[in-house]
Amino acid sequence: MIEVKKLVKRFGLKTVLRGLDFRVQPGEFVALLGPNGAGKTTFLRILASLSRPSLGIVDIAGYSLPKQAAAVRARLGVVSHLPLLYDDLTAEENLTFYARMYGIDNLNARITEVLEMVGLEARRRDLVRTFSRGMQQRLAIGRAVLHDPDVMLFDEPYTGLDQDASSMLDGVLQTVAGQGRTVVMTSHDLARAEDLATRFDILSRGVIAASSTREGLGKGNLLTFYKQALAG
Amino acid sequence: MAESTLRTTARRPAKSSFWKAIAAIAWKDLSAELRSRELLSAMLVFSLLVILIFNFALELDITTRRTVTSGVLWATFAFAGTLGLNRSMAVEKDRGCLDGLLLAPVDRSAIYFGKVISNLVFMLIVEAIVLPIYSVLYSINLFQPGLLLVILLGSVGYVAVGTLLSSMAVQTRTRDVLLPILLFPVVVPILIAAVKASGGYLTNAPMTDILPWLNLLIAYDVIFTAIAFMVFDYVVEE
Repeated sequence: MIEVKKLVKRFGLKTVLRGLDFRVQPGEFVALLGPNGAGKTTFLRILASLSRPSLGIVDIAGYSLPKQAAAVRARLGVVSHLPLLYDDLTAEENLTFYARMYGIDNLNARITEVLEMVGLEARRRDLVRTFSRGMQQRLAIGRAVLHDPDVMLFDEPYTGLDQDASSMLDGVLQTVAGQGRTVVMTSHDLARAEDLATRFDILSRGVIAASSTREGLGKGNLLTFYKQALAG
Repeated sequence: MAESTLRTTARRPAKSSFWKAIAAIAWKDLSAELRSRELLSAMLVFSLLVILIFNFALELDITTRRTVTSGVLWATFAFAGTLGLNRSMAVEKDRGCLDGLLLAPVDRSAIYFGKVISNLVFMLIVEAIVLPIYSVLYSINLFQPGLLLVILLGSVGYVAVGTLLSSMAVQTRTRDVLLPILLFPVVVPILIAAVKASGGYLTNAPMTDILPWLNLLIAYDVIFTAIAFMVFDYVVEE
């Protein structure tokens, strides 16, 4: 579903990604872990077609970036720590806008369906600026799944959420992943990543330093695996 | 939370139509502005203050008033327009919404044209309010078809360039300062042409004097809209 070979990203003289290789099978939930500055967000922005690779090959769902970016974007849902929502529009208006941008037919039914999934149907006519951070993040997930993407990218989705909001987001994430989607999520929260992901990749100094499946790792061993990967 | 049929009932979107995306962006900007009125009120207050200050500062007879009016008007529109352009793109950037737009499977020039339309509507609304007030304050009839055409053409060119440059400036930390520095040198030809053509209509100059400036305005609008259409994708991508 996702295939990345020898990916290099440079910003001026600074090289952030140094020949990164990465492959994700359909239906996998990959947690991309690593310290600040490891290049996680840069990598996700390249996968999302928001940033151009300096070198290397990036294929998603059989389409190549950056050449076939529009085809990739139609199959991609992205959630970041920013909600990508308009404060002065209601939840329904925000989703209507994005549904139009994605050319979704029968948008009222689809919006209702998505709002029910993220538990915000009762607040559909409220302005986004009146929402808590947790509600905004749930609506952001609703926005990202609106066009039924095959691949979901989550960039630190738990940033700024309290315990209750994080637990609620867990449920939404599990629903989204449980629908057979391929998911890549960056996070600093190892406990949450261990609960949700089926594979763990450690990004360090611009390359994947280590990778393991949930089965291969065993329960409760992620922290040790993470530390060893960074030390090695 | 519905454990859903979401994937089976959801439809794979066709690539969104270019025109529908433009309309969606313009609708979104106008709806948000209708509710907040942040952008229009800032532009309007600024414009009204400028024409009021000029009205007190310049003790003019009727003939001189006609000759300075085009300059005062275009200085007002240009600075008010900068306020609007900055705010319009800042809203997209601050909440990450620009990424939301860029993630849509549409030709990115649709984003540019959608923003141009909404920015143009905001500018025309401000002009539609400023013109009658200016007419009353300065005792000049500004409602002449030729003059209105010049204002429309000048505004189109200004917004076409301004939208492109504001999407460039908004990526920087000094966007508020950077936009006027980038914009004004580029729009000098359009401001000169607009001032000259407006002045021609206000002083009842012959059409042969006005026509070259009108042609320059039209050529500028076409050329810069085409350039912006071609380079917008590169401007917004990292």
